[in-house]
Amino acid sequence: MGLRMIVCAKQVLDPETPSSVFKIDRATKRAIPPPGADPVVNGFDEIAVEAALRIKASAGGTITVVSMGRSFAMDVIKKPLAMGADELILLQDDAFDTVDSFIATNVLAAAVRKIGQFDIILCGRQASDWDNAQVPLGLAELLDLPCLPFAKNLELKNGSVRIQRVTPDGEETLEAPLPAVVTVSNEFGEPRAPNIKGIMAATRAKPTVWGLPDLNVDLTTLARTELVDLYIPARETRCEIIQGEDDTEVGRKLALKLREAKLI
Amino acid sequence: MSEANNILIVGEIVNARLSSVTSELLNAGGRLAGSLGQPLYAVLLGTNLQDAAQEAMCNGASKVFLAEHPLLNEENVEAHVTALQQVAEQVQPSIVLIGRTQLGRELGPRLAFRLSVGLAQDAVALTVEPGTQRLLVTRPVYGGNAMAVVTMTCKPQIVTVRPKAFEAATNNKTIEGELVRVAVEIPNSVVRTRVVERVAQETAGVKMEEARVVVGGGRGLGGPAPFAELEKLAKLLGGAVGASRPACDAGWVDPRFQIGLTGKTITPELYIAVAISGACQHMAGCSGAKVIVAVNHDTEAEIFKQARYGVVGDWRKIVPAFTEAIRELVS
Repeated sequence: MGLRMIVCAKQVLDPETPSSVFKIDRATKRAIPPPGADPVVNGFDEIAVEAALRIKASAGGTITVVSMGRSFAMDVIKKPLAMGADELILLQDDAFDTVDSFIATNVLAAAVRKIGQFDIILCGRQASDWDNAQVPLGLAELLDLPCLPFAKNLELKNGSVRIQRVTPDGEETLEAPLPAVVTVSNEFGEPRAPNIKGIMAATRAKPTVWGLPDLNVDLTTLARTELVDLYIPARETRCEIIQGEDDTEVGRKLALKLREAKLI
Repeated sequence: MSEANNILIVGEIVNARLSSVTSELLNAGGRLAGSLGQPLYAVLLGTNLQDAAQEAMCNGASKVFLAEHPLLNEENVEAHVTALQQVAEQVQPSIVLIGRTQLGRELGPRLAFRLSVGLAQDAVALTVEPGTQRLLVTRPVYGGNAMAVVTMTCKPQIVTVRPKAFEAATNNKTIEGELVRVAVEIPNSVVRTRVVERVAQETAGVKMEEARVVVGGGRGLGGPAPFAELEKLAKLLGGAVGASRPACDAGWVDPRFQIGLTGKTITPELYIAVAISGACQHMAGCSGAKVIVAVNHDTEAEIFKQARYGVVGDWRKIVPAFTEAIRELVS
């Protein structure tokens, strides 16, 4: 019996969307995906899948990916399966369309409880849409687990997990007993690209779908925040481009300009 | 239970002094206290807190709660959240402000879930809505492409505040406050996470977060070697060198010098971005710079939309010429 791993993965608007086509519907307080742009799996969550795959390769085990939302682009959200995860559970319900981290975390915790046995929950350090970085720590609280955030690598040994992470002035190594929540950061490295075999297997795979009635959670009392406004900040577009004969001249002119502006 | 009626700052201590973020929180909290007509309190956790407590009072806290426990000397979030839960139950704050630091970004979510209340992360502005008296928290989302205004529906309202989003509180030595010791119980069993090793690396020269001038390099530099060129420039200007996430992820630069959403936030007078395209995840870390100068070969690069001065061309020629001209100007 290998390790039982759960990975939380979120479908998000592609964070590489250039700011020129990034639009907001201020009335509904939602971002509008640019026409023709596909969503993606949150990049940090793909790294969490990668971390799980590396554990599986060295120690064996199973990887269950859990994703929550109102609707999914099936070829997008199946990417973790194409990368090599074993199972995908979609928590899909109109009621799951929320930007309230307390609601989202309680739904995910209910799903984890329903899954039952697990050794480790892996998450990305934050979602690239709302950048809340609350869910993994909240899951640890709701499930009474230790949480090791921002791993750049991790190692499972003798029933515990050890991670290294970058700190403001260096690095630290932390350890906690399993089961535990671990979040991975970009320093972990690039997630693998799915291969053809993986993509074909993922195409055939049928995700498990759980709606609100399948989970033991009452959302009516869980809202803790209210989104009052969502807007695109006004950007000052007054960049003065320094002109000159060639690169050497503009380099010199830039220095003079900054001196003139008393910046140097 | 009495009604929540004060603003509580969670202080952090660096070398027995209040951290700079804590002073910023006291300033931000002081303004809210004024708007709401509520007192401003602070809580300090650890041991030997007297000097820092005095500083907190000079920075505007009318009461400073001391939660003294040896387990709080380490940056252990499990011990801190256990202590803060007890402090919050006793003090009954309406708002709790925490710095979004290494410890704070874990402590905020943990405390909110422990108390079963709402949290707003990474606040850059805090206002009180006239009439409703609701706390409105502005925070960048979508990697800084958008701003969200969030309010929390129960008390205490917990907020983690971005470092440098607020000025430090002004020191007023005449203010007298009250010291209150809070007995906190932290069973050893709550601490499940162990620090195996902590390695602090010395940073030569000026720290990026405190530098007046920062020179940043990006993916367009093509490798680690050109950063030596940026070092020369930074040294002339008495500044520090940082890098974008791709340059760090590629291993060219140590990740602790990363500027951006997943790295550090800088607020220099002058930020010179060389061969950085200006992805919003990077801009999230440098948009607090007073003046941004961009050097990039691509006229369409996003960085020019936020830069005050731009140079379009090859950094290999521009940077040495710029550095040489600076050398002449400053000598």
